[in-house]
Amino acid sequence: MAAKINGPLLKVEDLTLRYLTRGGEVRAVEGVSFELEQGQALGLVGESGCGKTSVANSLMRLLPDNARLAGGQVWLRGEDIFALEEDEVREYRWRRVAMVFQAAMNSLDPVYKVGQQIVEAIEAHEIEGTISAARERVARLFRLVGLDPALMDRYPHEFSGGMRQRAVIAMALSCDPAVIIADEPTTALDVIVQDRILRELKAIQQQLNMAIIYISHDIAVVAEVTDRIGVMYAGHLVEYGNTADVFRAPLHPYTDALLGSFPSVTGERRPLAGLSGEPPNLIDPPAGCPFHPRCPRATQICQEEFPPQAWEGTQWAKCWHPMNAGAEAPSDVELEAASDVGIVEQSAHGEGG
Amino acid sequence: MITPPNYPGIPGASPGTPPGPPDLDVGNSRFRLALARIRLAWRSFRGAWSIYLESRIGVLSLLIIGMFALMAVAHPVLMLTIWDSGTYDPVTGYAFGQSQQPASPSWRHPLGTDPLGRDVLSQLLWSTRSEFVLGITAALVTVAIATTVGAVAAYYGGIIDAFFMRLADLIIALPGISLLIVLSALFKLNLFYLALVIGVLGGFGGTAIILKSQALSIKVKPYIEAARVAGGGHFHIILVHIIPNLLPLSLLYMMFTVTSAIFAEAVLSFLGLLDVRMSWGIMIHTANTGGYLMGGTRYWWLVVPAGASITLLCSAFYMGGRALDEVVNPRLRRRHD
Amino acid sequence: MAITGTEPLHTGALLSVAGLTKRFPVGRHLFRKATSFIHAVDDVTFDLEPGGSLGLVGESGCGKTTVGKLLVKLLEPTSGEILFRLPGLADHAVPDDPSELNEPAVDSASIEGRQLRAFRRRAQMIFQDPYESMNPRRTIYDTIAEPLSVQGMGTLLDRVDRVSEILDQVGLTPPATFLFRHPHELSGGQRQRVAIARALVVGPSFVVADEPTSMLDVSSRTGIMNLMQGLAQDLGVAYLYVTHDLAVARYMCHRIAVMYSGKIVEIGETEELLKNPRHPYTRALLSAVPLPDPGSTREPPDIRGELTAPIDPPARCRFFDRCPMATENCRTSPHPPTEEKSPGHWVACYEV
Repeated sequence: MAAKINGPLLKVEDLTLRYLTRGGEVRAVEGVSFELEQGQALGLVGESGCGKTSVANSLMRLLPDNARLAGGQVWLRGEDIFALEEDEVREYRWRRVAMVFQAAMNSLDPVYKVGQQIVEAIEAHEIEGTISAARERVARLFRLVGLDPALMDRYPHEFSGGMRQRAVIAMALSCDPAVIIADEPTTALDVIVQDRILRELKAIQQQLNMAIIYISHDIAVVAEVTDRIGVMYAGHLVEYGNTADVFRAPLHPYTDALLGSFPSVTGERRPLAGLSGEPPNLIDPPAGCPFHPRCPRATQICQEEFPPQAWEGTQWAKCWHPMNAGAEAPSDVELEAASDVGIVEQSAHGEGG
Repeated sequence: MITPPNYPGIPGASPGTPPGPPDLDVGNSRFRLALARIRLAWRSFRGAWSIYLESRIGVLSLLIIGMFALMAVAHPVLMLTIWDSGTYDPVTGYAFGQSQQPASPSWRHPLGTDPLGRDVLSQLLWSTRSEFVLGITAALVTVAIATTVGAVAAYYGGIIDAFFMRLADLIIALPGISLLIVLSALFKLNLFYLALVIGVLGGFGGTAIILKSQALSIKVKPYIEAARVAGGGHFHIILVHIIPNLLPLSLLYMMFTVTSAIFAEAVLSFLGLLDVRMSWGIMIHTANTGGYLMGGTRYWWLVVPAGASITLLCSAFYMGGRALDEVVNPRLRRRHD
Repeated sequence: MAITGTEPLHTGALLSVAGLTKRFPVGRHLFRKATSFIHAVDDVTFDLEPGGSLGLVGESGCGKTTVGKLLVKLLEPTSGEILFRLPGLADHAVPDDPSELNEPAVDSASIEGRQLRAFRRRAQMIFQDPYESMNPRRTIYDTIAEPLSVQGMGTLLDRVDRVSEILDQVGLTPPATFLFRHPHELSGGQRQRVAIARALVVGPSFVVADEPTSMLDVSSRTGIMNLMQGLAQDLGVAYLYVTHDLAVARYMCHRIAVMYSGKIVEIGETEELLKNPRHPYTRALLSAVPLPDPGSTREPPDIRGELTAPIDPPARCRFFDRCPMATENCRTSPHPPTEEKSPGHWVACYEV
């Protein structure tokens, strides 16, 4: 293991990523910064296309050919991961950072036995000296994720969706990574299976004192399993803080709208406001704050300049008119100025009626 | 009570809306509706065209096919202007000016003459037109049959499907060229009948199986169920939903059928089994019966022009098919996004 | 009191399902009869009143989508009956006022030919996948106008007007900019609005909505749910909302029916069912739903094992293998009858 260096386990600073496409340059990730400590769970939430999966792939150094790192750095235990050579990357992946993919079916090869695939992963990274030691390790991992070790010699198609997801988690754990990235780990699963998997992941994380990043569009899942949450919109990390704080009092209007988009089985049955409009085109994102065309609090300045961080304790949001500054909500004069460009009209539509 | 929000789906206002057709004001007239549809078709054609042009073999294939089309047009023009029919008719003409037949290329006969004293260039140009007619007729017949059979077999399944698929297996199992040889011995096959036979064999054969498997994947799409819920009958679903989605693939197999038809014609004519006055196959056949194929490259003009034309035109249609494949199958496209 | 398949259509019900059963053969060939069957829907009974809404909730593979397809005659039941009291069905003519409901009940199995056309104007469906439920080669106009044109309703110009009007109603404005787009040019939320427009363009009395928001992004979900609810209310459309998400069913429906392995195990008014879930499966399902509240803790759902496909299931309670309350009686008795445990709240369980 690498030597301990003072500072956070994982530090992402100003990560900026572009994809070159036929239509132009997609600004997928824009200046994303966050830190993660040992044993912490971070949730990254946002709509599809907001850049959360791109951030995960950058951390894994698993980027498609047309991706271009336009800026920023990622340090794991003080080591700059973008400075790693190709052969070091293989070592880095799985041993330092491992990923639990969204579609469990696709990350298991259908023609090999499930146990064998994990044994091979262990061998490839030279974790255990012998095959029998590797098999023993896989049996331990199977028990850890709640699978019968007797299932090691079965093929993926003999597993149910939940079992496959567990096997994929076992595989991710196989090389003792410092950080696990779970990209929508339970999206395709039924709610009872999802509940079990999430409980097990959380238990394992606490038992092994691992750091874990959950990527999800389901804020209820993130609320239950994480201590920190980052909300992404149009490639930007727009809000970050303790999960409890963010859920109790979101600063960014987008977070507020997102939280208001989910019906609940408990509490008062209330109308959901949701969000109006569509997320911006990332080839040509709007000037200023990217959320301004959909934002009920948007004013003139939101169209012109990208907002600075607004803090509330350890929680921050990139917003000109954060929700904690009730008094700073746009005045009538500002609204009038904004109506020239049709913003008021749209936000009025959004509130709907 | 929960009231629906008034949703601002105004395309201009929401930056996520993709660039689409310009405002098509439908207004209140049938004419403008038709106009809008034409513009739409034009737009999707332009899209497909630009993808096609990105493939080098696609452009090459178009150039070659264009060249042969010019050759086909050139023959009647030349016959009407500078070529007199006595000398240059591809079948009955005779090059009186030459002392010895076959004569090597000269100014008067750029590709020389054949053993019977006929102008080779004239034969080549004249045949081009019939090769096109043959290939395209065979392709149209194949695609019309295969698309219908594929769509019907996939949609109805059961006994209808079993019948057509066994029929297709039978046709595939028959050796194609030998079957054509037997048929040409039994019947007088001219180019048109040959085109029909090739079209029918292809249409009920392998092409039907490929189009059927494609139709099966269309049949299980939710939009077929949506069409049934809308009240659409079997005929409506096959005609409006299945066949239009098969057409791109049909078009692709049309290209490949042209290739096999031209090739089959060449083989049968070479064997002298077709009731055809002149064709590229006959040109080689004539050279062969006169024993000129044995003479190595000495009498090259008797074989090379026809042989090269067969090869070029066949591969041009094949390459065109491969280029179309990229338009039809987005997965094959080079990655841009 | 048990609901049996022989009860008459409840007075005032728009549709009444009794003993509905659908079995799919396993491994059938052209010349061989199947010997095994998946009991996808087994003895399902419920009513739906005009303008009402019922949420059909369950995990994947529980048969909820099959029920939806049986109701709109995309599938024919193996046994059981579906009685409709839809305007225009009984007398082969479609009256202008769809609110008239003094209609005699018509058995779904007998609907065919011309009557089927009338039925298609009264019962519609919204599909789950906004990307696959529209023919990619047809424009939005073609897609929405399809029910009108195949049924020969109105002239071409009437149809353009009607489609423009419905596009406006589903929030795709101005309609002229959407009429001649293709589905791939629209976002998922916009496409699902088109799907709603297609279902409502013929003026149905009843719509089956098969998880219309499950494939959409968070931000468009709310809009679609609100739109559907508002339009159903304004137009007096009753709907069956098929979903795996109890929270969505709660938001959308007056009543909820919980399905497990082809059976309805519990059915009742939404708030009553969620406050007092009685069936052990409903309780497990409810306690597995994550809560968007970081402070709260949930007990793990009390359920064993995993869902298995109901291929030739034994006669006893379908939930027996996973039930925390199962007794010897549950093992030896047939699947429990659905009984009314409190007014309007029906449960199929011996132990509650």
